Amino acid sequence: MKLHEHQAKTIFADAGIPVPDSRLATTVEEALDAVDEIGYPAAIKAQVHVGGRGKAGGIKIATDRDEAEQYAEEILGMDLKGYTVGSVLVEEGVDFADELYVGVTMDRGEGRPVLMVSTEGGVNIEEVAEENPDAIAREHVDPAFGLHPYQARKVVYEAGVDADVALDVASILSTLYDLYEANDAAEIEVNPVMITSDRDVIAADAVMNIDEDALFRQPDLAEMAEESYEDDLERKAGEYGFDYVRLSGNVGIIGNGAGLVMTTLDLVDYYGGKPANFLDIGGGAKAERVTKALDMVFSDPNVDSVVFNIFGGITRGDEVAKGINEALAEFDEIPKPVVVRLAGTNAEEGMEILSTDLIEVEETLEDAVQRAVKNAEEVTQ
Amino acid sequence: MSIFVDDDTRVVVQGITGGEGKFHAGQMIEYGTNVVAGAVPGKGGQEVAGVPVYDTVDEAVEAEDADASVVFVPPAFAGDAIFEALDTDLDLAVAITEGIPTQDMAKVNKRLSETDTRLLGPNCPGIITPGEAKLGILPGNIFADGNVGLVSRSGTLTYQVVDNLTERGIGQTTAIGIGGDPIIGTSFIDALEAFEADTETDAVVMCGEIGGEDEEQAARFIGEHMDTPVAGFIAGRTAPPGKRMGHAGAIVSGSGTGTAQSKIDALNDAGVPVGDTPEEVADHVEDFL
Repeated sequence: MKLHEHQAKTIFADAGIPVPDSRLATTVEEALDAVDEIGYPAAIKAQVHVGGRGKAGGIKIATDRDEAEQYAEEILGMDLKGYTVGSVLVEEGVDFADELYVGVTMDRGEGRPVLMVSTEGGVNIEEVAEENPDAIAREHVDPAFGLHPYQARKVVYEAGVDADVALDVASILSTLYDLYEANDAAEIEVNPVMITSDRDVIAADAVMNIDEDALFRQPDLAEMAEESYEDDLERKAGEYGFDYVRLSGNVGIIGNGAGLVMTTLDLVDYYGGKPANFLDIGGGAKAERVTKALDMVFSDPNVDSVVFNIFGGITRGDEVAKGINEALAEFDEIPKPVVVRLAGTNAEEGMEILSTDLIEVEETLEDAVQRAVKNAEEVTQ
Repeated sequence: MSIFVDDDTRVVVQGITGGEGKFHAGQMIEYGTNVVAGAVPGKGGQEVAGVPVYDTVDEAVEAEDADASVVFVPPAFAGDAIFEALDTDLDLAVAITEGIPTQDMAKVNKRLSETDTRLLGPNCPGIITPGEAKLGILPGNIFADGNVGLVSRSGTLTYQVVDNLTERGIGQTTAIGIGGDPIIGTSFIDALEAFEADTETDAVVMCGEIGGEDEEQAARFIGEHMDTPVAGFIAGRTAPPGKRMGHAGAIVSGSGTGTAQSKIDALNDAGVPVGDTPEEVADHVEDFL
C-alpha cells in the first residue's frame, strides 16, 4: 500500500527528519493561501500514486502568485497516467547544491532488509541501478538485531557523500530504518535528499510503501489505506475482501487462486483478447462471494464479456455450482455474457447442475477463455 | 521414492483446534497421512480429529515422536508458530498461512539459516506424495502415484497442471507448493535438487510466476546441474508493473525486474520448454516420458 507524499512526509517530520515546509490543498484557493504563507519559489506537487510525476507535468515550480494560480488550476483535476489529481502539496522551494538517493527496502533474494545510498540522486534510481550499479552503495541489515548505527555511517561513506554532511545523512538513514521497522514498510525511499547551499540536509521527496499483510497491526496506516484508494472499483474490492487489479481490456476475469487467475489473464491475451481485471475470490465459492464478484465485474463499464474459472480443490465443484446458481438467481438477465468453467473435485457433478439459462459453460480452461474472447469481440463489433 | 515426505512422516498440526486446522487435519488423516498430534496453546489434553492435542510443539514431539509440522495459525501469530517449529528441531515445517507480515518472515528466515529444519511456505498449499502422505490443503483425489515431480509457487495453478497430467495417466512422485510470498523457506532450487537426486522422478514440472528472481536462478541451476528433463510454466505475462497480483510476492517491479518474459527467456536458455497454456505443459511432459 503506497502512502501519499504528504502522508509520508508527516511521518518523517514527526520522527525528526527535516522536510520542507508544506501545506496540502484540494482547491486553487487553498493552494494560493498556502503559497501566501510559504513564499516563493514554491513547488506545486500532484498527490497521486504515479511514478515520474514531474516528467508527466504533475510538479511545477511557481515563482509568483500568477504562476501559482495557473499551475494549481492546471494540476488539480488533471489526468496523470489514468489517475485524477484530487490534491496538491504546496511546498517551499529548496535552493540545493547536491541531491542524494537514500532508501531502505527488503532484498527478497537475501530475505533481509537493505540500505541503499547514492550520490546520483534526483534522477530515476532504477536507471542508475541498471546503467551504473556501482553508483549505489548497499548494506544489508540482520533483522534479528536491527540496524547497528555504524552500518548507516558505513554505507553513507561508501557512497562517497561529502564528509561535512555525511553524519547528518547517516542520521536520517538511521531514522528511516527505524520508521521502516516501526511501520512495517515494504520500502522507504527519499529521492532526492537535498543538500542546500548552507549545507543543510532535507528530505525533499518521500516514498513509503506499507506491507499490506501488516496493516492489522498498523491501525493508523490502515486508515490511510482506506483514504488512498483512487479507483471506485478498487475501493469496492477492498470492502469485499477480494484481491483485485483493474486493467484496461474488456474481458472480465473471475477465478480462485492467484496463479490460476494470472494464468487465465494470460490465456485471454494469448487467444487475442484483452483482460479487464484480475479478480481472485479466494478459497471456496459461497453464493455471496460469487454474487459480489459478478457485481464487481458487471459494474466495470469496460467489461464486455466475463470468464469465470474455478478449480475446486477441497471445495467441491457441486458446491461451487450451487453457489453460482444461487448468485444467478438474483439476476433476471445477465448484463454481459458469462462463460463458466468448473474443474477439479466433483467438477462433472457441478457442471451438470449449473443453470445454463443465463450462462454458457465450457469444459476446459482453454475453451472457456476462447469463448469469452469471442463473446467480447461480438459485443464490440 | 519421493522427496521430503512419505508414509513414515509423523505430523503434528499447529492450530488443529481452528476451523481450517481441524478440517484439514481430518482430510490429511483420511488421505492416509500419519497425523500423530495437534499443538495449540491452552488446548492441551483435548482430542481433535482423533489425535491428542498438546499445549506446545515440544510436548507433542516428545510424546508422539513427530518429525514434521503443518502450521494453520492466523497471520498475526504464524511467525511465532514457525519459530516454535524451528526451535523444536523438526525435519520439516509446512506453513500454510497466507498474509504473514514480510518483516516477521525476515526474522524467521534468519533463524531458519541456523537450523537444520526445512521450511515449506508460507502461503503455500503444502506437499503431497501421492498414496503416501499429504501435508497441507491439496485435494488428494486429483493426484496419482507416478514418476513426475512438480514444484510450484501457486496452489490452484498446481491443481490445474496436475489435473492435466493425471487425466493423461501421468502420475506424480511428489508435488510441492513452495508459496507465493516474497520470503519463503524451500526454494525452487531446493526442490529441483531433490527431484534430480530422486531415482523415481523421470521428469519435473516447474510452475513459476512474476516477481523476484527465483525462477531465473532455478533456470541456471537446471542448465548446470540437472539431467532430469524439466517443463516450465510462468504465470503473469499480462501483469502490469507495480501491481500486486494476489500473491504478496507476485509483483513486477517498476524497473522491470521480475517479469514473466525474463523468466521464460532464462528457462528457454537452460533448455526448458515453457508452455503457453497448462495443456502445453502436459504435452511437453508427455514428450519427455
